[in-house]
Amino acid sequence: MAKIKVATAHMAGCFGCHMSLLDIDERLVKLIELVDFDKSPIDDIKKFSGKVDVGIIEGGCASQENYEVLHSFRKHCSILVAVGECALTGGIPAMRNTVPLKECMEEAYLKGPSVVDGVIPNDPDIPLILDRVYPLHEVVKIDYFIPGCPPPADAYWQVLTALLEGKEPVISYEALKFD
Amino acid sequence: MSNGKITIYVDDVEVETEPGKTIMEACDASGIYIPRLCYHKDLIPGGHCRVCTIKVNGKPTNACTFPAQEGLVVENDTDELKEFRRNIIEMLFVEGNHVCPYCEKQGNCELQALAYRLGMIAPTYPYLFPKIEVDASHPDVYIDRNRCVICGRCVRASRDIDGKSVFGFVGRGNDKHIAVNAEHNLSETQLTAADRAADICPTGSIVVKRTAYKVPYGKRMYDQEPIGSDIEKSAKV
Ligand code: SF4
Ligand code: SF4
Ligand code: FES
Repeated sequence: MAKIKVATAHMAGCFGCHMSLLDIDERLVKLIELVDFDKSPIDDIKKFSGKVDVGIIEGGCASQENYEVLHSFRKHCSILVAVGECALTGGIPAMRNTVPLKECMEEAYLKGPSVVDGVIPNDPDIPLILDRVYPLHEVVKIDYFIPGCPPPADAYWQVLTALLEGKEPVISYEALKFD
Repeated sequence: MSNGKITIYVDDVEVETEPGKTIMEACDASGIYIPRLCYHKDLIPGGHCRVCTIKVNGKPTNACTFPAQEGLVVENDTDELKEFRRNIIEMLFVEGNHVCPYCEKQGNCELQALAYRLGMIAPTYPYLFPKIEVDASHPDVYIDRNRCVICGRCVRASRDIDGKSVFGFVGRGNDKHIAVNAEHNLSETQLTAADRAADICPTGSIVVKRTAYKVPYGKRMYDQEPIGSDIEKSAKV
């Protein structure tokens, strides 16, 4: 049987959700027997090799680059899974959503107590920041969600194994967490 | 009935109770959990949140305020009502700013626990991200209205138990919020950390300072068992 292709991406988050995926410990060995990682920070592959079965995204959509990656994942992945509070709700980065973007930038780069000769960065190499941080499902269709900060390893395992078996994922009560 | 008891029928189960009890009280005593948020057993029911919505003889109403009467037919644990309740919980999440990862009430929060129990994995409504200030002026208690669900428990507890009326509702509709009975902020009120109003909030909106994160992850109130399990376990056999 052909292995199932999985891609992962990290957006406006802290990489904790990726770390929690590694927390499935020895079950990783079993996972590797069932899946091949495509584009992902786990294997450092930067480009999609083609169509992928499952895409997993950590972090909210906060910049132009995030937006493009998210759309590219939606295009390449048959099933898209949002993982972690930042992807599901905007999370901690979304604390800036209650402050207008201009004020945020001025506070960080002009008025901050440690700023000397501040300037708001405007280099073409730096992704443009969006007006606010968006939960992923407000930007593209998301098929499944794994909440948690980070999601418990068991929640990952339950959802991934269900998807690999073609079943509808169910997260057990003990593994369903928003924190 | 001659023995002074009355019988209601909840999802086809016979529940015996006494006149004067609400449907919520009758069900609690029989081990049937009806989800609730603004209700607290030590307070006069407020009927604010509608999470306890049931159908009585086919019509939706609040279980926490509706008096039990002989022969009432009650629907509680139905897909329709669960969906309705989950929608209320979802709306409460997106109307405030609920960042559970750093909230001091995490794991012990009734709103979060209701979301788990009612199967809210991620809210399906758009987040509003309102701008709301925190009032940390009081030395021992803070109020963070980002997490307030306007349940009025603090209002009732302060008025009816503490006899202080520190909290009150102001505004209507979307503008409705909890105000403190002072010129500026909480530090000017008579509230103390020992007041019932200081520890009766179902969410992380009113919190006694320096009490958070004492119980480790995995052992908090709702980590292992869903909210309402205590009532269900007390079922009379
Ligand atoms: S009050 Fe409850 S639901 Fe809101 S952020 Fe805190 S733990 Fe989460
Ligand atoms: S502060 Fe807490 S107790 Fe008071 S209305 Fe808000 S959620 Fe309810
Ligand atoms: S618990 Fe009955 S209306 Fe809130």
